[in-house]
Amino acid sequence: MDKVMSNRLVAALYVLPALLLLLVLVYIPIVLTGYYGLMQWDGIGAMTFIGLDNYTRLLQDSTFWQSANHTFLLALFSALSLIGYLMIALVLSGKIKGANFFRKIYLIPMLLSSVAIAQLWLKIYHPSNGVLNSFLEAIGFSNPPAWLAEPSLVLYALFVPILWQYAGFYILIYYAALKNIPESLIEAARIDGANPWQIAFRIKLPLITEVIKVTVVLAVVGSLKYFDLIYVMTDGGPNGSSEVMASYMYRQAFRSFDFGYGSAVGFFLLLICLVVTWLLRKATASKDTIQYS
Amino acid sequence: MNKKTLAMILSWTLILAVILSGCNNSGSGTSKESGSNASGGDSGGDGKVTLKFMHLWPAGSSAQQNKLVNDIIQQYQTDNPNVTIKQEVLENEQYKNKLKILSASNELPDVGVTWAAGFLEPYVKGNLFAPLDDLLKGDLGEKFIAGTTEAYAVDSKTYALPIELNISPIYYNKAIFEKYNLQTAATYDEFLNVVKTLTDNGEVPIALGNKDRWTGSLWYMYLANRVGGDALEKAINGSGKFDDPALTQAAAEVQKLVHMNAFNKGFNGLSNDEGKSEFMNEKAAMYLMGTWELPNFTTNPDIPQEFKDKVGFFKFPTIDGGKGDINSWVGGPGVGLFAAQNSKVKDEAQKFIQYFVEKWGESSVTEAGVIPATKVDTAAVQLPQLYIDLLNELNQASSLTLFADVQMKPAAAQAHLDMIQALFGKAVTPEDFVKNHQAAIDKGN
Repeated sequence: MDKVMSNRLVAALYVLPALLLLLVLVYIPIVLTGYYGLMQWDGIGAMTFIGLDNYTRLLQDSTFWQSANHTFLLALFSALSLIGYLMIALVLSGKIKGANFFRKIYLIPMLLSSVAIAQLWLKIYHPSNGVLNSFLEAIGFSNPPAWLAEPSLVLYALFVPILWQYAGFYILIYYAALKNIPESLIEAARIDGANPWQIAFRIKLPLITEVIKVTVVLAVVGSLKYFDLIYVMTDGGPNGSSEVMASYMYRQAFRSFDFGYGSAVGFFLLLICLVVTWLLRKATASKDTIQYS
Repeated sequence: MNKKTLAMILSWTLILAVILSGCNNSGSGTSKESGSNASGGDSGGDGKVTLKFMHLWPAGSSAQQNKLVNDIIQQYQTDNPNVTIKQEVLENEQYKNKLKILSASNELPDVGVTWAAGFLEPYVKGNLFAPLDDLLKGDLGEKFIAGTTEAYAVDSKTYALPIELNISPIYYNKAIFEKYNLQTAATYDEFLNVVKTLTDNGEVPIALGNKDRWTGSLWYMYLANRVGGDALEKAINGSGKFDDPALTQAAAEVQKLVHMNAFNKGFNGLSNDEGKSEFMNEKAAMYLMGTWELPNFTTNPDIPQEFKDKVGFFKFPTIDGGKGDINSWVGGPGVGLFAAQNSKVKDEAQKFIQYFVEKWGESSVTEAGVIPATKVDTAAVQLPQLYIDLLNELNQASSLTLFADVQMKPAAAQAHLDMIQALFGKAVTPEDFVKNHQAAIDKGN
C-alpha cells in the first residue's frame, strides 16, 4: 500500500475526482461571481464591463449596510446564545433524571426543515389569532404588537426561531464533548473536594475549549450567510427592516434582475466571511492545548 | 479545527456558488443554438417532435387550471400523434426564477408562460422570445378582447398571446354589511363612512396581506386613478412626472386609510394568502383583489356554500373632483404564452400556442373559473351569477390599467413595491414616496 501511494501519478489520480468537483462546483463559480461583479448585467442581455463601479455603489448603498448591520447583530446573538446552550449541555451531561429525554426535545427543531419552522412561527406570530398574541391577550395585554409587521421588532422576532432552530445542534455538540471527558478526571476532582461549580468551570469547560472555538466559528459564519427563515417569514420586510446580506443579494440578483450588482454583493459577502473567520481564528488561537492526560 | 473551519467556508461558498452560478455561458450558447436551428427547423412535418412546455399551474395549488392544461395537451397529442408535449410545472415565484436562469443559459422551453409589459421587455431585448404576429393575422386575432394583446407588444411586434384577463373589484361580505345597515359605496366619501362604521363597531373593514406588496399597490393604483385619471401611467411610461399632485394626494389617502385602521392588524407582515383568509373567515368585511379569486367565491368545492352566498362585489368608488371614472379598472391581461426564439421546433410551438389559446378560451371559464383574454359568449355557457356580472362589467370597462409592478421594468418595480410597503407602514411621507418613485423611474430609462 505504501508503495502504491508513493507513486505520484497514482496519488494524483486518486485526488483528481474530488479536485475536479471542487473546482467545477466551488472555485470556478467563485471566480465567475467575482467576474460578474465587475459587470453591468441584467442576466439576459449583453454584459458591460464597468470595473469596480458595483463595489463603489455597494460601499455607498445604505440599504446594504443596514442589512449588513442586521447580519452582524444576528451573528452576535448567535454567539451569545452559545453560552445558554453550553449551560444546558452542562446540566444535561450531569447525572440528572430525564437528561436523555430533554436532549431529544432540544434536538427536534433540527429535524424540521427551515420552511416548516417558518410556517410554524408564522402561525405563532400571527397578529390577531396567533398563539403568542392570544396568550398575551389572555394575561391582560390589551394590544399586543404585530410582531412581523413592526419595523422595530421584526428582527428580534426573527432571531427567536433562528436561535431555537440551531439550539439542538449546539447542545448536541457540547453534550458529546462533555461526555468525552474521562470520568476519572471528574472523580479525582471530587475526591480532592471540588464542588460541582468548580468541576464545571475549572475542569469541564477548559477541556472542551477547542470544541467551543469551533462552535463560535460555526455560529458566526452561519449567521453571516443566513437566508432561509428570513426569506420565508418576512422576505426582508417590512421596508427592509429584516433584510440580511444574503437576502439582499438574492433581491438584487433575482428580483431587480441586477445580476452584476448581486454578484458584487455575493463576492463581498464572501470576503467578509473570510475576514471574520480569520479574525476569529486569530483571536481564539492558543499555543498550549489542554490534554486529557 | 483547521479542517472544520475550512470545510465550513467551502460548504458555504458552495451555497453561494449554487445561487449565483445560474449565469453561465450566455454568450457561447447563442451561437451554438442558432447553428442547430437550421437543421432542426423542418421537424414539424413527419418526424417525431417533442415540445417542452413550462407553466405555473401545479396540481396542488391550481388544481382546476392544471386539469385543464392536461386535457388540452392530451387532446393535442391525440390530434397530432407525432407530437409529444413534456410539461415542467413550477409554483409562481419559482417559475419566475427558473425562467430567469434558463434564459441566462439560453435554454428556454419551447413554449412557456410570461407576464406582460415590463416583465417581458428584457426577454425581448435579449432576443429570447419569438414574435407571434403571424398567429394574430388569422381568425385568432379577432377572438381577443381589444387591447389585450398590445400589453405583450414591444416595438409593435407581439411576443406572447394572453390567456387571462383580470379586473379587480372590491369583494364584500353581504352579511357584515347588512348587520350594520351599510350600502355598497359609489363615492369615496361613502366608502370612508363604511370604513368608519365598521371600525366603530369593532369590525375589521378591509383584508390586506401587504408582505407581498403588490396587494397594497392595488389600493394605491385605484386611488391614483380616481384622483388623477391616467397620471400614474403617464408617470411610469415617462410622458408625465411623479410630481403630479394627484399622485401625492393618492399616497396621502392611503395613509389616511391606515390611520383609520381600515386594514387588518399587522398587514405588512402578512402574505396575501394570510390576508385573504381574514376575508374568507369573515373576520374582515372587504377585500380588493383580481378576478382570479372568483373560483373561491363561486365554484371551489372546498369553500362552504354559505360563505359563497355572502360574497358580492362593487367597483372602486369615485372621488369627488377626481378625474377617474368608475368604469376604469385596475387589471389587464395576466399571463400569456411565448415561443422561444431558439426553439428547434418553432413552427410546432406556434401551432400549439394557437391551439392552446383557442381551447383555453372555450373552456377556461367553465372548467377553471379563469376569465380568458378571448371573448366569452355568456349566453352560451352556464356560469355563476358573480361571473356573469363581472364579465358584463368587463365589457363596459372604459379603461384597464395594468398592474403597476408589471408596467415597470424590474428594478423600478422593486422600488415601487418597497415604497408601497413603506407607505402603508408610515415609514415614508407621501412627498418622499413620489420623489423616490421618480428617482427609480429615471434610473430605469
